[in-house]
Amino acid sequence: MPKFVLDGIEIEFTQGQTIMEAAKAKGITIPHFCWHPELSISGNCRVCLVEVEKMPKLVIACSTLASDGMVVFADSDKAVSARNAVMEFLLINHPLDCPICDEAGECKLQDYAYSHSTGESRFVEEKVHKPKRVPLGPRVMFDAERCISCSRCIRFCDEIAKDPELTFVKRGDRVTIETYPGRELDNPYSMNVVDICPVGALTSRDFRFKARVWELSSTKSVCYGCARGCNTEIWVRNNEVLRLTPRYNKDVNSYWMCDHGRINTFKFVNDPSRVDGPFMRHNDNLIRAGWDEALSKAVSVLKHYTKEEIGFIASPYATCEDNFLFAQFAKNVIGSKHIDFMRHYDHSFGDDFLKQDDISPNSKGVELVGAVPGKGGLNFDGIMAAIKSGRIKALYILEDDIVSANPEFGKILSKLDLLIVHATNFNKTTDLAEFVFPASTYTARNGIFVNFQGRAQRIRPAASTIEQDRSLDGMSLSRLDKFGTQYDSWATGNKRDARSSWKILQALMQLYGIKQKYSLAEDVFLDIAKNIKTFHGLNYEIIGDQGSLLNLVVPETAVKV
Amino acid sequence: MNLRRRKKDLTFWERIYIPEIIKGLALTLRTMFKPKFTVEYPEVKFIPPASYRGRPVLVMEENGKERCVACGLCARVCPPLAIEVQAAETQDEKERYPVKFEINMIRCIFCGFCEEVCPEEAIVMSKDYELSFSSREEALYGKDKLLTPIKQVQDRIDFLRHYK
Ligand code: SF4
Ligand code: SF4
Ligand code: SF4
Ligand code: SF4
Repeated sequence: MPKFVLDGIEIEFTQGQTIMEAAKAKGITIPHFCWHPELSISGNCRVCLVEVEKMPKLVIACSTLASDGMVVFADSDKAVSARNAVMEFLLINHPLDCPICDEAGECKLQDYAYSHSTGESRFVEEKVHKPKRVPLGPRVMFDAERCISCSRCIRFCDEIAKDPELTFVKRGDRVTIETYPGRELDNPYSMNVVDICPVGALTSRDFRFKARVWELSSTKSVCYGCARGCNTEIWVRNNEVLRLTPRYNKDVNSYWMCDHGRINTFKFVNDPSRVDGPFMRHNDNLIRAGWDEALSKAVSVLKHYTKEEIGFIASPYATCEDNFLFAQFAKNVIGSKHIDFMRHYDHSFGDDFLKQDDISPNSKGVELVGAVPGKGGLNFDGIMAAIKSGRIKALYILEDDIVSANPEFGKILSKLDLLIVHATNFNKTTDLAEFVFPASTYTARNGIFVNFQGRAQRIRPAASTIEQDRSLDGMSLSRLDKFGTQYDSWATGNKRDARSSWKILQALMQLYGIKQKYSLAEDVFLDIAKNIKTFHGLNYEIIGDQGSLLNLVVPETAVKV
Repeated sequence: MNLRRRKKDLTFWERIYIPEIIKGLALTLRTMFKPKFTVEYPEVKFIPPASYRGRPVLVMEENGKERCVACGLCARVCPPLAIEVQAAETQDEKERYPVKFEINMIRCIFCGFCEEVCPEEAIVMSKDYELSFSSREEALYGKDKLLTPIKQVQDRIDFLRHYK
């Protein structure tokens, strides 16, 4: 392999790689603003200037191809002073309003001002003033003064979102970004420009001013919005989810996620409609009950029905662990074959980039862990028909608001004698239920989602429930979490009495006399891995941050607990 | 050094005590006729100089609004995490302001770091040292208690500009 030397370190590269790319592959980052691994090279920020032996002038590392035997210096006097000069130049008209800028704390310009600038400006003239707070679209706000004209946002719209909406206008120090006349920045991926903007020129209108990034903890997770399962970070302060950002996974979502996933999949977590503790129906009202009371009452009521009279609806919104135990409960404990789940498709949602028509995160996982009809069992439509005809009198629904998805089911479900629901929030389905068990949201539990490609991916708890302790349970801690006490309102908020569905199911199964041995979600998963061929050999560590592609064979079901 | 002397080697005059006692009494007598510095608190209030670090307060501009832009730097630097700031958007030129600004006076250690870090001269140490509470909740000072007209803290601001 050809090699070149960067600051005394030998770097191997493949023909056609630039100095920047080859260095990055080796884990060395040459300072840059406008270069982005997934975008075309524009080479206009000039901060990646490096010195190359035998070349008369400095060159930019992002667009100079590496060649065999090249000797490159990123830390020679010439390169360093060029970098300082570029930084000084970029800061000439920069407003230095870090105190009110949302990017502060995760701003490339701020970081480089510390590491690559002399810290002094010789510019005493009046700075150029430009419009601030310009709504470029429904979800993105623009501050023209902070823009350093790197053109990343323009290239993103052109090349990734394939919807050219932004352009430079004017020249010199007046240059700024505008949308094309009559257009706004409203493509379904528009908020990615907020992430790639190296400064605070583009900010999320949803997250603006909500929190300082250094107050937040971040946890690696997976988006809940559709079957792609874009890899995300969940940002939490005081147990409240404040934003989601995409996390790199080259096989799933690269650096991106869609706007729907980013802003619509966590609001329910903070909503006042959350189910807080188990509820039982008393004369038309759902009344809060204790766990033991609700569980034993549910079991005693369930025992009034024969196994042919009970139906089970699993959930593509719950994890593999939850659905696995749900299937065990239905098939092996109750002995019912009538178990299936509702498919949620929205054919207007999918596109040819990331978004999928299947708008649930785990329908593949539900099938794989066997929450599907047993031999001779009824499928979803069959169960609905059987409720209508009175053959099925009791229904157990795992975390799915099927009535909101299709209002017709409201009429059908009201025919039931008994409806037990696991839910994160009160909704149209819980309105009809006799028992509502509080399921924790996907932001508060461990588990596996399987995306449409058959890739098993981990979700992790980011916001905690009452039974979790952030530090004891190994959750990520912000500074506030670390030092807060029970007396500080900024460290004790928003904890609800909710549990992972598999835990609730395990407690029910115990009342049926089944000795369970799971204490962690991973224990359930290890059982899945042992019993279901597709998951053989996997554990949480192997699945890790980037997921594991499953070897998809015909799902095997029916395991004795 | 003179450790040895301090331990045992008293002179004859020191050992008989009388002159030392007279010296002491003379000092007491002289002080009796000097001007008094003691303040008879709480009947008389002590008014500290501008360099004094009493409880931190928020500067209220003449238009009745706080100077603070809710950047959160004071909350970040505060060693005992006494400050909680929640920002929100305003139509004013400064774009953001604190909807909530709370200092937990049980946590505060009067170090003055918040004042030092503030990029807006929006939080300063006042001359108020009278702090007593009978419950934890009472010790949470919100914007109502923190906002102080700029006139009242002007001398502290002048002091800071001069010495910071
Ligand atoms: S708005 Fe941000 S991403 Fe776009 S050109 Fe300006 S600095 Fe670059
Ligand atoms: S494409 Fe799907 S998984 Fe990705 S962010 Fe959007 S909704 Fe979420
Ligand atoms: S004086 Fe010190 S301890 Fe008190 S609020 Fe300010 S930074 Fe915190
Ligand atoms: S440092 Fe100053 S401007 Fe920033 S939040 Fe504190 S008081 Fe407000």
